[in-house]
Amino acid sequence: MTAVSESPLQRERAQTIFEKGAPGRRAFVCPKLDVPDVDAETTLLPARYRRTEPPRLPEVSEPEIVRHYVGISKRNFDLDSGFYPLGSCTMKHNPRLHERVAALPGHARLHPLQDPARAQGALELMYRLQGALAEISGLPHVSLQPSAGSHGELAGLLLTRAYHEHRGENHRLRVLTPDTSHGTNPATVTMAGLQVVKLATDAHGGIDLEDLRAHADTDVACLMLTNPNTLGVFDPNIEEIARIVHGAGATLYYDGANLNAVMGLSRPGDMGFDIVHFNLHKSFTQPHGGGGPGSGPIAVSERIAPFLPTPIVLRRGVGDADDDAAVGAGSNGTAPAEPVFDLDYGGADGEGPGSRSIGRLRGFHGNYGCFVRAYAYIRSLGADGLRDASETAVLNANYLLARLREADVAEHLPLAYGELCMHEFVLSGGPMKRELGLKTLDLAKRLLDFGFHPPTVYFPLLVDEALMVEPTETETRETLDAFADAIVEILREAVTDGPEVARGAPYTTPVRRLDEVAAAKRPVIRQALS
Amino acid sequence: LSRYTATTEHDRERMLATIGVGSVQELFDRQIPAGVRLGRALDLPDGMGEQDVYAHLRELASRNVSAEEEVSFLGAGMYDHYVPALIDMLMERSEFLTPYTPYQPEISQGGLQVMFEYQTAICELTGLPVSNASVYEGQSAVAAAAYLAKLHNARSKLVVSAGMHPHAIQTLRTLAHGYGMSVVEIPLTDGVTDIDAWTEAIDGDTSAALFAQPNFYGAVEDAAALSAAAKSDERAPVVIAQVDPIALGILMPPGECGVDVAVGEGQPLGNRLDFGGPSFGLFAAREEYLRRMPGRIAGETVDVDGRRGFVLTLQTREQHIRREKATSNICTSQALNALAGVVYLAWLGRAGIVELGELLLARTHYARETLSSLEGIEPLHTQPVIREFAVRLDADVAAVKRRCAAAGVNPGVDIHDLTGRDADRGGLLVALTERRSRADIDRLADVLGASVGAERQAVAA
Repeated sequence: MTAVSESPLQRERAQTIFEKGAPGRRAFVCPKLDVPDVDAETTLLPARYRRTEPPRLPEVSEPEIVRHYVGISKRNFDLDSGFYPLGSCTMKHNPRLHERVAALPGHARLHPLQDPARAQGALELMYRLQGALAEISGLPHVSLQPSAGSHGELAGLLLTRAYHEHRGENHRLRVLTPDTSHGTNPATVTMAGLQVVKLATDAHGGIDLEDLRAHADTDVACLMLTNPNTLGVFDPNIEEIARIVHGAGATLYYDGANLNAVMGLSRPGDMGFDIVHFNLHKSFTQPHGGGGPGSGPIAVSERIAPFLPTPIVLRRGVGDADDDAAVGAGSNGTAPAEPVFDLDYGGADGEGPGSRSIGRLRGFHGNYGCFVRAYAYIRSLGADGLRDASETAVLNANYLLARLREADVAEHLPLAYGELCMHEFVLSGGPMKRELGLKTLDLAKRLLDFGFHPPTVYFPLLVDEALMVEPTETETRETLDAFADAIVEILREAVTDGPEVARGAPYTTPVRRLDEVAAAKRPVIRQALS
Repeated sequence: LSRYTATTEHDRERMLATIGVGSVQELFDRQIPAGVRLGRALDLPDGMGEQDVYAHLRELASRNVSAEEEVSFLGAGMYDHYVPALIDMLMERSEFLTPYTPYQPEISQGGLQVMFEYQTAICELTGLPVSNASVYEGQSAVAAAAYLAKLHNARSKLVVSAGMHPHAIQTLRTLAHGYGMSVVEIPLTDGVTDIDAWTEAIDGDTSAALFAQPNFYGAVEDAAALSAAAKSDERAPVVIAQVDPIALGILMPPGECGVDVAVGEGQPLGNRLDFGGPSFGLFAAREEYLRRMPGRIAGETVDVDGRRGFVLTLQTREQHIRREKATSNICTSQALNALAGVVYLAWLGRAGIVELGELLLARTHYARETLSSLEGIEPLHTQPVIREFAVRLDADVAAVKRRCAAAGVNPGVDIHDLTGRDADRGGLLVALTERRSRADIDRLADVLGASVGAERQAVAA
């Protein structure tokens, strides 16, 4: 094992904000009481409703707060600092322009219950984003409301239930999910009151058609599919899959986590899907924020549209949505008498979008701040740029895959399925574990010492010691080469120096391997306070 | 080569040669069946340079009337509090803005520690021992809590106070259908939950009993009495309260009122309005619910050398491990928004959150008294209020709001618009933050009083 002396970050022991400061310190200066001073304790809020002790929040000065959080920020790795090839997460560059436009007061300080006539810019943005997502997905109607991909999935399954119930087919409770699916798929099925039926994967990495046919009966509500799937394989039988599912009277749901492979090249609607969710934080580069916020709009076919969550943004009157002169009326804060763009709660005709709505999924209209960023991205790239993004994502993934299929690597880390890949690929660390004594986890931890975020590990579950790599389109060839070189080096190190080096990794990070078992056994999930 | 990509013609040739294909097109032709290839350009506008995108987004922003441009008393779940500059600075730091969920704890200690600190702060505010790292937002958090109750006791009925936020009730109805649960709504009496109807409705089939504190109409509920009534039988339901975290600086914490699960909208804590999101939902509970909580939870541990560190813990609850047996399908939390929340609470501090609560209490009282003394305006209820109150206008609310807007004042939220309840016709919900001074309140009184008067005259004429 390599002896490494403690780095400055390692010497600096973690201390929470609650362990800093001193009684009496503060940052906030409260505005002066400018209304009559009444006896608040008895008159305004009786004692029985009051808390007896103030919450034990930190007592710290502003400089202490800044230094504390800047200090701990340095204990994070982030996309702006280095390569982040986390499979199915699409860690592409986050343009700072998006942060700038989202922070404009007209967006950032707009209250969600502002009258629509006085929020025309926001509603127009949402309307245009709905239109762009409809075009990209090939499905005509969009709800921006879901808060994340998982929320979009829940919306999609509730839509499926509503669709079948409206047709009197309440018995359709089974949802087919391939064994390669994201964990959110089966978890969502349960929350929607439906039952999971697992489908097998065939030798090429797609759905096993025989298994699908065997399960596609009249009790099936839906098939949930990611395409390309989590193996990076575009299912070559997708047209036949759609025929089988629709033939059984079920709906077809598209998990949009992997949309970055096909923007402008292939559309879920054209593949036969009824419902799609988008991950704006993946394909449309909303920053991930260390685990949220996300945004998970859905697009649906005509037959699903009446059940959409409301409100939906519509444009009143006729005219071209891109006619800027027409929609520019009411600028400088003056409102048109009748709003051009409005929130629609679904007509009573039972036909139009939202007219038989499943209802609301959350407060207000969705994560508008994410819409601003996604819309800015779509307008920056345009039709050609979106296609170029997907083409380059697929090119980068195949190039990195080719580099890792060169001698010395492929024998230890073979490609799990297929020959080429879409925007991501899955390697199996099985041979590496058997022959070199290195688990995928060890490889991942050793990559940390080389300055890379590791790929997604141990997913999908059907691949032994899986390593799922998604480089994205915004990385340079040099970065892809450096990553491939690091993998080569770690494997060489294992061959020449033995597996102990990687098994003890990482060495250079602020903390080293953490005891997760102890954390779960006796959970300490808050700071003890005195 | 387009925006944000770096592959030159020369790069492409080399890369294609390494892959062993002739063109990028071939990569797609060999993988995507011809029948589902798009074969045309997307019907979207051409891309634009950075300055043109900025100009376009700025133009859209200019057609919104934000809280920057009018004296706004809008609230109903989201509030125009001042967000200190240090929060903008910290949220824009790459180290917080651009990582994914902390799957690799060795290089994610910053984010994990923030979650741990956030959980500590939420536990302190709510008086409950367990908090997760946040959920989507405050209204769907209510439905997430109801699902926790279903997992806990497998019963099917939800008893819901009509004082909960209308969006929370609507969301609950949507999701309860999926959960296989029914929703029974309990009416209000003088602005607060009718405790007799509440007590009567709660029975052995009741999975959870839910109320808001303060409620949607601004009224402070007798939380302890509601909890006690719900728990009078030994087959007690899970008691869930939707709380306003700002009010908890002075209000008795839910944990001391017998509440089992507290949820709430986190936006007032250092988050922007953003036309409704993203923000975060706080979610805290008693110890016995820990292993059924939704979402991420950070926990403390040590590394191989004995250093203190933090990890995502209790992951066997979660979808990526448990799949269809998970306690929730929630994948991410709202980490960046929760960061703003905990920094805001540190900035307010132990004394500040109380001072802020007392200031809001005094100004809200002043505003209610002042408005209620005007012709054509009366309070909707007489309960204590902290930062928001409801009045009834003897005039059409939408028309009055239009008149006020012309004078640069947004007097509040049209209650009937949100609830659809007949009893709420004429209702106006007026919210205060520390940014609304006495002078602003006096201006509201002038403008609203005049607008109500003018509207009544116009209708009479």
